Amino acid sequence: MLHDRYSLAFKLYPYAKCPDQTAQTPVRHPVVVVGGGPVGLATALDLGRQGIAVVLLDDHEGIGMGSRAICFAKRTLDIADRYGCGGPMLDKGVVWNVGKVFQDDRQVFEFNLQPEAGHKNPAFINLQQPYFEKFLFEQICAEQKKGAPIQVRGKNRVDAVDRFDDHVQVHITTPDGPYTLQADWLVACDGAGSPLRAMMGLGFDGRVFQDSFLIADIKMTTTNFPTERWFWFEPYFKSGASTLLHKQPDGIWRVDFQIGWDVDRAEELKESNIRRRLDAMLGADVDYDIVWSSIYTFQCRRMDKFRHGRVIFAGDSAHQVSPFGARGANSGIQDVDNLGWKLGLVIQGKAPDRLLDSYDDERIFGADENILNSTRATDFITPKSKASHTFRNAVLTLAEHHEFARPLVNSGRLSVPCVYTQSPLNGPDRLVGGPAQTRVGSSCPDAPLGDGFLLAALGDDFVLLALNADVPDTPLDIDGIAVRAFGVSTTGGRHAQVAERYLGAATSAVYLIRPDQHVAARWPAFDATAVRDAVRTACAKD
Amino acid sequence: MDTLNTKPNLAAPDDFYAALIAAHDGKTDAESEAFNARLILVLANHIGDMAVLRQALAAAQ
Repeated sequence: MLHDRYSLAFKLYPYAKCPDQTAQTPVRHPVVVVGGGPVGLATALDLGRQGIAVVLLDDHEGIGMGSRAICFAKRTLDIADRYGCGGPMLDKGVVWNVGKVFQDDRQVFEFNLQPEAGHKNPAFINLQQPYFEKFLFEQICAEQKKGAPIQVRGKNRVDAVDRFDDHVQVHITTPDGPYTLQADWLVACDGAGSPLRAMMGLGFDGRVFQDSFLIADIKMTTTNFPTERWFWFEPYFKSGASTLLHKQPDGIWRVDFQIGWDVDRAEELKESNIRRRLDAMLGADVDYDIVWSSIYTFQCRRMDKFRHGRVIFAGDSAHQVSPFGARGANSGIQDVDNLGWKLGLVIQGKAPDRLLDSYDDERIFGADENILNSTRATDFITPKSKASHTFRNAVLTLAEHHEFARPLVNSGRLSVPCVYTQSPLNGPDRLVGGPAQTRVGSSCPDAPLGDGFLLAALGDDFVLLALNADVPDTPLDIDGIAVRAFGVSTTGGRHAQVAERYLGAATSAVYLIRPDQHVAARWPAFDATAVRDAVRTACAKD
Repeated sequence: MDTLNTKPNLAAPDDFYAALIAAHDGKTDAESEAFNARLILVLANHIGDMAVLRQALAAAQ
């Protein structure tokens, strides 16, 4: 039987019986995605846009209630832009710049994250996860109308998988009973509690943090706070060992109380007890409605490998971090971005399947970086020893009067894109004087270009970005992989931010950029053989 | 600078030592611990060089 594990914010894909359920023999699909969260939806969208047929199976009929992830970083928005749905996210999201850090009853310091000029997207937006997922789903519908072969099947729960060398057999339960599918590739996006991981008997080890956090999303009815992020260490109102107040769209505020390890969840989640904490923080004269609440604990952990033959894990099913620094959903979207083009090339026969091993190399590197950062933030926010607590408070005391101590205050380091410095797909970095931010392995930084922006012009195929350098006018064909050249001139002071971010001290440059807009190689000038070698390396052919 | 100076470097070692101890006058143990932590952070920032700081962390073990 199928039971809903949670209520829905948006019912988007009601169950509908499909012909696969009555087929005599299991129907084979190139890709089956399991899970309709942000990572599963983005995977289906990425592959569908490439013309790869994909079936997404979700055991619910839409998007779960509750805000959960609220902070979406620039890299995620850049990727969403490429998928065609960055605009609605940016329109709906809250952009904030001012953060305040408090200890007890005093403000330790205030910071203003002035955005760096010359990027289409801000460093991050606050947006409730259900909206993020809804915009992805709406883009899936738009792509379907244009012919993208994406199917989303609600109330299709995967109960078992049989793994073979060249495919996976998937056993599914629906309201009309069970059926079986075959998939050339199965992408497991079924969350931190991944049933697929358990079905396959795979481990998920890491560090448990002995603390609980009570989240309440509240709608203010009488008072408006400024659009700022407020973080309290050891707040005077005693509602938690730390407290975070953060704005979301629709006049909703996220409040996050650190409430200790041994808590009575049912008791703490009673509205009267949540209100007691909120009233102490906000003052009794502030009126609000509680729209959602939850208690969470967390672990920092990852699977040993994300690729297991024909089954590939992405997002929280593969790795889990603390929420500090917004590295959950954001890293999941980077997984998708990394996997999408590789799986596309392999399925189209344009790259060997070992290209998918580089997904492990690159995204395990990314997961480890995220786990490191979120663990450090967690240790600062919830010190685990007396000495650690003493130093944490020493930092906070000094930060009030001494600027030097402020960078040590760690209430979460915002997710920034991973630089794949050690990737086996990397080609040569021969650009003498080239900027560090565009070194090989980096994701491309944006920059204004004419009336638009550079990232939009790069697109999502292999591209040669040529700055003040001659490149062929017609796309190159390198073993069936099309490589388009795109020239930008920075002479006469034009495109100054492109020059700053891609040329540095160099006068000309040619960048080979991957479909996920990471730099694969760079040189001072075009060389056909070097480009060919680098494309082959980037596709794991050599 | 990338090597920790472990040779005598204080022009007036007795003066420094006396000032250090005097800074703790009237403090409870907890206040002294907090003061020491702040002092370490102030000095570490002044040194700045991570390689030197790592050598200092090792030397103090």
